[in-house]
Amino acid sequence: MSGPAPAVEELAPVMSLQHASKAFGAVQALADVPIDLFAGEVHGLVGENGAGKSTLVKILAGVHPPDAGSILVQGRQVFLDGPADARDAGIAIIYQEPILFPDLTVEENIFIGRQPLTTGRRIDRHAMRAHVTEVFERLGVHLDPGRIARGLSIAEQQIVEIGKALSLDAKIIVMDEPTAALSAVEVARLFGVVDSLRASGAAVLFISHRLEEIFQLCQRVTVLRDGRWILSQELEGLTADALVRAMVGREIVERESEQQAAGATVLHVERLSREGFFTDVSFEVKSGEIVALAGLVGAGRSEVARAIFGIDRYDAGAVTVGGRELRRASPTAAMSAGVGLVPEDRRQQGLVMDLSIARNVALASLGRLQRFGFILSASERRFAADWAVRLSLKYGRLGNAANSLSGGNQQKVVLARWLGREPSLLIVDEPTRGIDVATKAEVHRLLDELASRGVAVLMISSELPEVLRVADRILVMREGRLVAEFTHAEATEERIVASATGLVAEGAA
Amino acid sequence: MATVDHVQPRPPSARRIRSDKLIDVAYRLRAFGIVAALALLIVVTSVVQPRFLSGQEVNFVLGNTSIMALLTLGEAMVIISRNVDLSIGSVLGLSAYVSGSMFGRLHGVPAGVAIVIAFLVGIGVGAACGIVNGALTTIGRVPSLVVTLATLYIIRGIDILVIGGGQVVASSLPNAFFQVSLKNFHNVPYLMCAVAVVIGIGAYYMRSYRSGRDLYAIGSNPDAARLVGIPSGRRVFTAFVLSGSIAGAAGVLWASKYGTLDSTAGSGYELQVIAAVVIGGVAIFGGSGSVIGAALGALLLNTILAALYVGGVSPFWTQAIAGAMILVAITIDRLISLQLTAALRRRRSREAA
Repeated sequence: MSGPAPAVEELAPVMSLQHASKAFGAVQALADVPIDLFAGEVHGLVGENGAGKSTLVKILAGVHPPDAGSILVQGRQVFLDGPADARDAGIAIIYQEPILFPDLTVEENIFIGRQPLTTGRRIDRHAMRAHVTEVFERLGVHLDPGRIARGLSIAEQQIVEIGKALSLDAKIIVMDEPTAALSAVEVARLFGVVDSLRASGAAVLFISHRLEEIFQLCQRVTVLRDGRWILSQELEGLTADALVRAMVGREIVERESEQQAAGATVLHVERLSREGFFTDVSFEVKSGEIVALAGLVGAGRSEVARAIFGIDRYDAGAVTVGGRELRRASPTAAMSAGVGLVPEDRRQQGLVMDLSIARNVALASLGRLQRFGFILSASERRFAADWAVRLSLKYGRLGNAANSLSGGNQQKVVLARWLGREPSLLIVDEPTRGIDVATKAEVHRLLDELASRGVAVLMISSELPEVLRVADRILVMREGRLVAEFTHAEATEERIVASATGLVAEGAA
Repeated sequence: MATVDHVQPRPPSARRIRSDKLIDVAYRLRAFGIVAALALLIVVTSVVQPRFLSGQEVNFVLGNTSIMALLTLGEAMVIISRNVDLSIGSVLGLSAYVSGSMFGRLHGVPAGVAIVIAFLVGIGVGAACGIVNGALTTIGRVPSLVVTLATLYIIRGIDILVIGGGQVVASSLPNAFFQVSLKNFHNVPYLMCAVAVVIGIGAYYMRSYRSGRDLYAIGSNPDAARLVGIPSGRRVFTAFVLSGSIAGAAGVLWASKYGTLDSTAGSGYELQVIAAVVIGGVAIFGGSGSVIGAALGALLLNTILAALYVGGVSPFWTQAIAGAMILVAITIDRLISLQLTAALRRRRSREAA
């Protein structure tokens, strides 16, 4: 939609980061990295996890002061000591999951701490409303400024943050993986907003793991690898392969999925319904098969997974695993029937962040690690070390807290936990969300290997390339119902999107 | 992402607008619910026992409500910021004794001046306690639940130490001092009106000043509050000092109301105040609610207690019923919010395409 518009080459960059370095203990997170942003451009920033993107964002956000290097905004050197400084310098950060005040209204979220005042320092609500309405009009979005933020979708929350950036008249807008949690429609809407930001002369730094988005939206790109600057150049003339090579420094072999010989039915879901979430959902997953649940965010896919695993109740229907019907709303029953769940939100639901890596890996297998009711630290450690090697986990020490790991490695820990139980059915919800290209390929290989060992895999994913690559069968959900089913051979991005959005009925099973 | 181009941003739908209305209504319903419960209670009780509407009863309920409602103002501000002040009962007790015993030393001073001094002393004692609570919570970074639980006992201990087994007796207090809480206009205490004005000011402050809105923001999401540059420490500190000062003022009113004071004055009162705040719709984990709601909660709680008393229900049951009310209030809140979340999600999934 944006197309490779000619970058507006101003005389000087709006923002220029020079020789930025930052170390955390012995780890050099960023070493001598330059980046220039010009007005009216969307600048992509790519790199694997651990390449230093997050550190760079945090430097611009004023969260981490750089050890060395300088930041120039419109030619003037600024020192960012705290988020307020970054804001005053005209830098706005849009995080992947915005941090809003759920109890305050949209307009208050935008204006908190800097509400327009009338005489006597009272808050001028009329001015606030007028300003927010004007900002939303400029962005071309429709959001009631007077509603409270609780219940807003992640896409809408990002809109609120972008609205705040605009109302602050920010000239530099950093978007840290904004699309990771969005559906295709929401991504399209966000891109429209980013285009209007660019048109209004802002410089946007856009971080994404989805390279097709970089090509679609950005004019220039910077690649980081292992905390070092690799290249900055115009995207025109750059191929995806070349970009990936620059990011990983090697070629990635991706799985070419061949149809697995599917075995006996492991999971049988029959007419499952939950009021307000999903209706009349029936499907099967066979041993050795990877089935993907595709659809928009909010279509009810995660809710189905949670109901199967017994986290949520369902109103009607039945779930059968290995021929036996599961008790409702009992994760314990699901686990003893051999079901594993890798949840969507690993920080909130997947990992116990303060617990050690070893403990996190062993958490679901404590039954088999205990002797006379005691859990032996040594066997826990051996068990974890074994899995760490098998998943090529990158960690400091197994005794370190789980939150010391990068996102990709955290996901591996959650996977290891369930693999250790040797499940017959593994449900993975957005397994590669926020994970870099190389680790992504590893996770895909792992799922594939599991399937070949006879595990039934049910995968929920919003990334269509991933669905197309990994799944043997693809089920599409829309508004709480199963609307289409495709085999690996039949599936194309267009057909899946069409049935997920309900634009075309074509291909519906 | 090859196929996203043909998806147009959708126009604002009527449904979306309605979902926002829904939230609005749910929040208004909360205040409406208290008023409705209050009306129902008054009608039913006065039918069963007409004495309930007698001037004397009304005066009694409003008199009790005045002090509690004043305390809910400070407590609500603290709870809205996702903290809690458990020490207000002890602060009230200490302030009541210290200010009451002032009069013994102010012989010859005109009663009006002595009363003003008593209030200043009481508020000063309360503010000092609030400063300790606030400093330990914000500078010491100790959870306020722990801090104020500790100061609850410490301040009560100081109270006992100061009193040393003695007590203030009503005969040592000037008559004008009693009039502060006694004087009324057709059984409506003037004190009640004064408290209503103070709560009105508090409500206006919480609604229309940045520092008031900041308290809501801090309670709603403390991490985000720090990220957007809200001076969280200073705001929470101020809330504690205000809560302490208000408890100090309430202590003086307590002395004026009861006259005879020993070291148990106000003991356990903090829990009734917190109950009133919660019944009045302030979320116990902060972020939402209003100080007017909290004051209405105090009115409802006192009306119920009076109704039970007038109805001849044993004091044992009054405690149990007060407890049950808290559960009902919180359960209703929770149900409303769950229903609301589900309704919003249903709506969004329907709109997603």
